[in-house]
Amino acid sequence: MQRLLSWIDARFPLTKLWEEQWGKYPAPKNFNFWYYFGSLAAFVLVMQIVTGIFLAMTYKPDATKAFESIEYMMRDVPAGWLIRYMHSTGASAFFVVVYLHMFRGLLYGSYRKPRELLWIIGCFLYLALMAEAFFGYLLPWGQMSYWGAQVIVNLFSTVPYIGDSLAVWIRGDFTISDVTLNRFFAFHVAALPLVLIILAAVHLMALHEVGSNNPDGIEIKQQPKDPKTGLYLDGIYSHPYYTIKDLVGVVFFLFIFSIVVFFLPDVGGYFLEANNFVPADPLKTPVHIAPVWYFTPYYAMLRAIPSFFNSQFWGVLVMGAGVLVLFFLPWLDRGAVKSIRYRGNDYKAWLAVFVFCFLVLGYLGTVPVTVWGQFTGGWAEALDTKDKATWVARLLTLFYFLFFFLMPWYTARDKTKPVPERVRW
Amino acid sequence: MVNTMRRFAGVILLALAGAALAAEEGPRLLQAPTNRLDVESVQRGARDFVNYCLNCHSAQYMRYNRLADLGLTDKQIQDNLMFASDKIGSTMTVAMSRADAAAWFGTAPPDLTVESRVRGKDWLYSYFLAFYRDGKTATGWNNLVFPSVAMPHVLWGLSGTQKLVETEYDDVEKAEAAALAAKGLSSVEPSPGGKFLVKTLAEDTPGTLSRVQYESFVADLVNYLDYMSEPVKNERINIGIVVLLFLGVLFTLIYALKRSYWADLH
Repeated sequence: MQRLLSWIDARFPLTKLWEEQWGKYPAPKNFNFWYYFGSLAAFVLVMQIVTGIFLAMTYKPDATKAFESIEYMMRDVPAGWLIRYMHSTGASAFFVVVYLHMFRGLLYGSYRKPRELLWIIGCFLYLALMAEAFFGYLLPWGQMSYWGAQVIVNLFSTVPYIGDSLAVWIRGDFTISDVTLNRFFAFHVAALPLVLIILAAVHLMALHEVGSNNPDGIEIKQQPKDPKTGLYLDGIYSHPYYTIKDLVGVVFFLFIFSIVVFFLPDVGGYFLEANNFVPADPLKTPVHIAPVWYFTPYYAMLRAIPSFFNSQFWGVLVMGAGVLVLFFLPWLDRGAVKSIRYRGNDYKAWLAVFVFCFLVLGYLGTVPVTVWGQFTGGWAEALDTKDKATWVARLLTLFYFLFFFLMPWYTARDKTKPVPERVRW
Repeated sequence: MVNTMRRFAGVILLALAGAALAAEEGPRLLQAPTNRLDVESVQRGARDFVNYCLNCHSAQYMRYNRLADLGLTDKQIQDNLMFASDKIGSTMTVAMSRADAAAWFGTAPPDLTVESRVRGKDWLYSYFLAFYRDGKTATGWNNLVFPSVAMPHVLWGLSGTQKLVETEYDDVEKAEAAALAAKGLSSVEPSPGGKFLVKTLAEDTPGTLSRVQYESFVADLVNYLDYMSEPVKNERINIGIVVLLFLGVLFTLIYALKRSYWADLH
């Protein structure tokens, strides 16, 4: 075995790669709960790819057969239902895990120097994940698949001058059709998985180059090395310590994941929408079109922005900006410290506002805009209009952006606490 | 700053509390008294489904021999449940074409394979109990749960007929109270002049089944529709229990292993 390894090492840097990327990678020893979600995201990515391969063996990307082929795998393919539920639940789980992973970055300032590029690669991963989820959602060819895709592609037709041609170019047809289904299938099973895998690998390489942040925001690489172990004072080797710890996380995740897969795969319509069990019908628009929960914060922003100069493009711009503003985070934050443990009240308050806006916008995106129309009197009197929910969504959108736009000021004047020399754990 | 935020948060929380109340629309649905483990009920539902529904409605993703899930042999299925096909492995299709159906009914009857996943059991159960005579519609029937439905009340011989009872109330609280007191299906709608209309149903002529018998007939049918929408459901739940037990044990072991590895760090 040892001889085989040295034979390979003389020809390919296997041991070197393993030690640099994981085995001898020095990680801070004080990772807490929030640090499980990176490895979990990698785990879910692999799970989605493996289940996806098996789904592609029975799925037919054909407008007349797609819906039927899904019911076929749910009924006639051995364990087909399990693979399919794992994949559909996996999609939502991916977003849960990624949102928590990103929130960890906000908590502990993981995007700050020297990890700006790491953060940007992560933002690209998030964009790729959104695209992957969107393309995949058309494939079951249910009513929500169809009309959801219709709505999203129509967003592109709001671009001034070239909009209509752009939408036709994306669909390959004047409406969502068999042609669209085929190309979305190609993107979903080949193009975007490749992008995701490559970006994930680059994300990990960048991480292992700059080193991990930690809940204290202390750079362990600036600490002296222990003469006996040759490690930074607060560092430990990833293997075996984080190998085993991340495995605990994976098993815990699988427990929660299995509860959904085996006992409530629809999650009351949030993971699998009821209307998507009706085959796509281009002549019948559903009364209420809602995207799956992970897009709803941005969907709520889109709906909240009124049209100006006879164009809906502004809503699309705001929605896009809502995602793209994340890229600039490393340069918007001017706090003296990274971690929320040593930040002052201003940052904490603004982060709370941001989380609140994101969650409530997410809720509003799942319900019709008329949801609060029945309220009269009291506080509702101030918003004397039928679409109170729209006004609330506007306010929340404003505060969502203020979190970012005011960040250079409130982080700079925030009263921070001194950061200790060594990590607390 | 903090004060503004607090006020802002208060407004939103109030709104969220209200949203829970606002979500319900349409009539209050009855709870379907079904039990997915009651195989006999699902069997009766299968019998009623192929006799009453599988003439206009197809279940084109459901295979006849899948009914073996219900403890039936191929012979039993072939002799008792197969009127529309003679191959045990074929799916439940119907002879009526969708184009004809659309011409006759105004819209083609939907395929029912996964209808229970679209509508939900409670909706289906309520729907079958919500037909009433209505001279203003093309079929002479209307439905409290699905207003102006294209489907005539096929089961009327069993259920008998119902008529609509409308009562007007001045304010919404009184209307809601009256709707609740009616116990059965009811809906509250705003009517002109700022008043509220409570719609309930009352028996008109009796059918061959008593009310209780008809309700249990419908429960069986809904139980079958729900089984058919996901035949693997019982198996899925059984496997799930084993999986969770396994993962629970695995978690304890792996957590203990982690503790022992991390014990030498200080």
